[in-house]
Amino acid sequence: MTAANVRAVESWTLDPLTTYVQEATARLVLLMTPAGQVLAQSGFSRAVDVMSAAALGAAIIASTTELARQLGQPPFAGLTHQGERQGIFLASFTTERGPLVALVVYDLMASSLGLVQLFFDHLVAELRAASPKAKETRQVLAADFERELNESLNSLFGR
Amino acid sequence: MNAVAFGRALEQVTQVRGVRGAMLVSGQDGLVVAEQLMEGLRGPAVAALAASLSSRLSRAMGAAGLGIGQFWHLQCEGGALLVVPAASGLLVVAVADPEVNVGLVRLELLRAAEVAR
Repeated sequence: MTAANVRAVESWTLDPLTTYVQEATARLVLLMTPAGQVLAQSGFSRAVDVMSAAALGAAIIASTTELARQLGQPPFAGLTHQGERQGIFLASFTTERGPLVALVVYDLMASSLGLVQLFFDHLVAELRAASPKAKETRQVLAADFERELNESLNSLFGR
Repeated sequence: MNAVAFGRALEQVTQVRGVRGAMLVSGQDGLVVAEQLMEGLRGPAVAALAASLSSRLSRAMGAAGLGIGQFWHLQCEGGALLVVPAASGLLVVAVADPEVNVGLVRLELLRAAEVAR
């Protein structure tokens, strides 16, 4: 897979994610905030798929984080689900930019959970090294939201 | 088949002079099931990469009509990686010094694979 398959809203994620996709032989990767804001993607061809996957991934992270809280322990590090031909790996981690979530889909014929997890550690280290400081929070206006969403989708799909 | 039996089987492999570590690895996932490794060996990394290699080799041998692999020996400058697939889908993996007695390691790996059957 070439760098052309990885698209990023925040450019500092591009190199680490490109390396990860190649090393882990991942089919789809989504890098986002726990709120579902997408920072980068690889392998998705339609905006609607990215938005759905981001929303579902963020929802799963929110559910498991709450479950961990009720069990009185720190949030779960990762979650895996293996199907007949594909597997899903979902994990959250912290960077200077703030907490991030990665959703990885891999083909069992091309990769494995072991490889996906092994190179995920490298991805996290590289993202932490490249990460900018957290942005100051500001009030989100409806007009800004729609404009920023469109800009993000343009970046993710090269429009 | 339990953790104690796995541990004993791996111990037999690591008792061969020159063996730095032995692992039982899930062939499909590349995850460590049991391990006995010397300090400094990165078990999860070796497991993931050995399973990936094993999967590709199996497909290559299948495509060539050679059947199921029984023993793989990768000799490198600084050591050797030896793998025996068990019938259960587990892989018995050994990491050894370059001058290890390969025949003896192979024998112990095959015995361990019987335990993991």
